[in-house]
Amino acid sequence: MTGQEYAFAVLAAVGSVSAVATVTARNVVHAALYLVVTLSSVGAVYLLLGAEFVAWVQILIYVGAIVILFLFGLMLTKAPIGRDSLDNQHRWVGALVALGVFAGLAFLIQDAFPLGDAVTAPGFRGSTEAVGRSIFHSYVLPFEAVSFLLLAALIGAVVLARKDDEP
Amino acid sequence: MIPLPMVLLFSAFLFSAGVYGVLARRNAVMVLMAIELMLNAVNVNLVAFSANIRSMNGQVFALFIISVAAAEVGIGLAIVILLFRNRESINVDEVSLLKW
Repeated sequence: MTGQEYAFAVLAAVGSVSAVATVTARNVVHAALYLVVTLSSVGAVYLLLGAEFVAWVQILIYVGAIVILFLFGLMLTKAPIGRDSLDNQHRWVGALVALGVFAGLAFLIQDAFPLGDAVTAPGFRGSTEAVGRSIFHSYVLPFEAVSFLLLAALIGAVVLARKDDEP
Repeated sequence: MIPLPMVLLFSAFLFSAGVYGVLARRNAVMVLMAIELMLNAVNVNLVAFSANIRSMNGQVFALFIISVAAAEVGIGLAIVILLFRNRESINVDEVSLLKW
């Protein structure tokens, strides 16, 4: 095994364990912190796959912004602590469905891709320059649409969350 | 060289953890967190295939998905806060006003 493979194995293990911890934690703040670990290891996996810009965007947007939003959401809504108040009665059905989804996906993956397939062709680097070229060359219109969507979401969030003046 | 099926299995595992979280959690903020896990799994797939076929399109789509996820979390948390203000609770199984 090469160093890349060791690094991927460690990152995938850490990410998977903390993903399970995110969805099973009894304390909501702990769940948010486990989510930070998962998102960071996914970002490091992006780096290993040669997608440096996506990796830094992942760290900045997800770990920097979205988790902070979650923490603010948890602070503004007093969340109870404990499994009985956080999980509903059907959690075994949920676990069964999740296991079924994973088994189905794993079967399809091993059926479609032989284990010898390397993920990166040698010499491939998804540099920031190439990403920028692709966005502003082929995807200008979707890019503008996404920025408009972000503006709409911003206004919508302000309108939804502010208190009404008149009773 | 990292094997492609291993990356896809990692992503499938993240997605399944997200599915479990969406189905098993009562707290609306936790449901949103599980949805983020599922979106991340999709992004891992997109980036892996982008490297596999030497094309930038997957990475560009991953960036778009990240920005749409940011918008979704903003709106979602605003709705959750509104819900908390009106109901004093953010348990998703108590919100059944529109349930058929």
